[in-house]
Amino acid sequence: MMTDFGRQEYERLTEKRALFITGLILVLIVLAGVAVTLGSADLSVADSYLAIFAGLFPDAVDLPERMVESNAVGIVWGWRLHRVLFAIVAGFGLAIAGTVMQGVLRNPLASPFTLGIASAASCGASIAIVLGAGLLSGGYLIVGNAFLFAMLAAGAIYGMARLRGMGSETMILAGIALMYLFSAVTSLLQYLGTSEKVQEVVFWMFGSLDKSSWPKLGIVAAVVAITVPPLLWRAWDLNALAEGDETAKSLGVPVERSMAGFMLAASLVTAVIICFTGTIGFIGLVAPHITRMVIGADHRTLLPASGLVGAVLLLGADCLARTAIPGTIIPVGIMTAFLGIPFFLYLFMRRRDA
Amino acid sequence: MTPLLCARGLSFSYRDRQVLADVSFSLDRGEVLGLVGPNGSGKTTLLRCLDRILDPEGDFHLDGRDLYSMSRPEIARMIAYVPQNSGALGSATVFETVLMGRRPHLRWSVSEEDKLKVSEALALLGIGDFASRRADRLSGGERQRVLIARALVQDARLILLDEPTSALDMRNQIGVMALLRRLAEEHRLAVVAAIHDLNLAARYCHRIMMLKEGRVLGQGAPSSLLTGGMMRAVYGIEAVVKDEMGVPYVVPLRPSENDNLAEIL
Repeated sequence: MMTDFGRQEYERLTEKRALFITGLILVLIVLAGVAVTLGSADLSVADSYLAIFAGLFPDAVDLPERMVESNAVGIVWGWRLHRVLFAIVAGFGLAIAGTVMQGVLRNPLASPFTLGIASAASCGASIAIVLGAGLLSGGYLIVGNAFLFAMLAAGAIYGMARLRGMGSETMILAGIALMYLFSAVTSLLQYLGTSEKVQEVVFWMFGSLDKSSWPKLGIVAAVVAITVPPLLWRAWDLNALAEGDETAKSLGVPVERSMAGFMLAASLVTAVIICFTGTIGFIGLVAPHITRMVIGADHRTLLPASGLVGAVLLLGADCLARTAIPGTIIPVGIMTAFLGIPFFLYLFMRRRDA
Repeated sequence: MTPLLCARGLSFSYRDRQVLADVSFSLDRGEVLGLVGPNGSGKTTLLRCLDRILDPEGDFHLDGRDLYSMSRPEIARMIAYVPQNSGALGSATVFETVLMGRRPHLRWSVSEEDKLKVSEALALLGIGDFASRRADRLSGGERQRVLIARALVQDARLILLDEPTSALDMRNQIGVMALLRRLAEEHRLAVVAAIHDLNLAARYCHRIMMLKEGRVLGQGAPSSLLTGGMMRAVYGIEAVVKDEMGVPYVVPLRPSENDNLAEIL
């Protein structure tokens, strides 16, 4: 028996984590290629990559005649790629937000949904759809309302926690209370609304990537790109917070300020994603758990890995959602639950046996 | 030389209930101070105030510097705190949990030196064998030693411990207390430990501070402080204090036994 007291094991764990992240990136690249092939126009995976590169570097890629004729580049760049990228960015963001929330609140149930942020967004969207009332107008009426209400819910939870002391139980209880409140408002609006409006609300709440576009992708990607690096940089704080407020404080973490910052960033990422997609459940809950089971709890690697797992899950779910029933696109929010939950339960049960 | 730690007139209240009143003491490098006193006497509160987890009134200098002028990370590099063993450990491995103690010194990546310090601390506490186990799956005593190891790698000059031996069996109690005393003396650290076991405190602490209802009833060498009169005043019990080779040994008596046992002992 080596007497290096865990150093080698730790080395191995570090390697395993790097390997897991590398593997996920490869899976994501392959999956993205496959996802781009899905649709009415026939493209092979190789064609997809070629079309993507042709769009990026028009002069460098020599396209075969048949791809020029079928306007492959136009189809990929005009219709398909932004949806694929949107799935990746949204899955990445939702999973990271969930990881942060679970870390800060030290509660495995914490997610944008259990904290009421998602139902607040649904409520905001319902108000826009049924009553036509909102801050922004035109195409961004629903999106603006959903975002506003999501941030409002996050602010309310933060405010209540602030008043009662920043305990994680306080935040979760406040979140669950808000979830019921916003759900009640949404139900009331559905009860009062006309059947077309109600249908629209229901469809919004299913969660789907159908409405993705380059500008929307740009907004979401920008927010994710701005918020995620600071979260990664403060990963040690999340590690310390997992050991309890008191321990975190004695390890030099400004606990209240950190918690507020983490929750704000996670809420912002969640809000900006679900205001465009509707309710996409379970990614933020399941991805962190799956990742933690595989590579452990160090947030320096847990955050990016969990984001990648989220991206793979959402993109995979979207691919299945578009192909499971020919001619019908199942809303991805439903598919993530169908896919994610059994997988999660499987991992969970297997883990308990070990 | 000025003492490492100098506290004057520390007071703290939870809302309108005063928990600490006018606590003053100083502590030298290499010294182990035992905080003793009944439940609710303010031992834990005092430790939290010393680490500025709570903000007390009063004056508090560490190594000549005002603790109020120091930032959270600065304090963390000077003071380590081992909370009462509450079972609240995350799902990280033992190695990673102890590594967390390096956080005040780390930017982002973990250096060889950091890992070496963790290994050393694990070896010192005798928990190297389960470095790769999950910290939340350990027994109470193992967990206690993980927490102490984490405080050690923090490289602090003052270590505060809240009942560090409460979850340990007799052998480990002695092991941990002896280790703390040795570390204090060899590395010139100051240690403040809240301890319920008076005899353990008497044996391993250089000095003892007796608290009751947030006030200091006395401080000094164990032999001068632990007397039958003090036991009566603080705990309201009759006790016989024996001398075991210069170290006081407190034997509490049951009320009915007072008369005859006092004579026998």
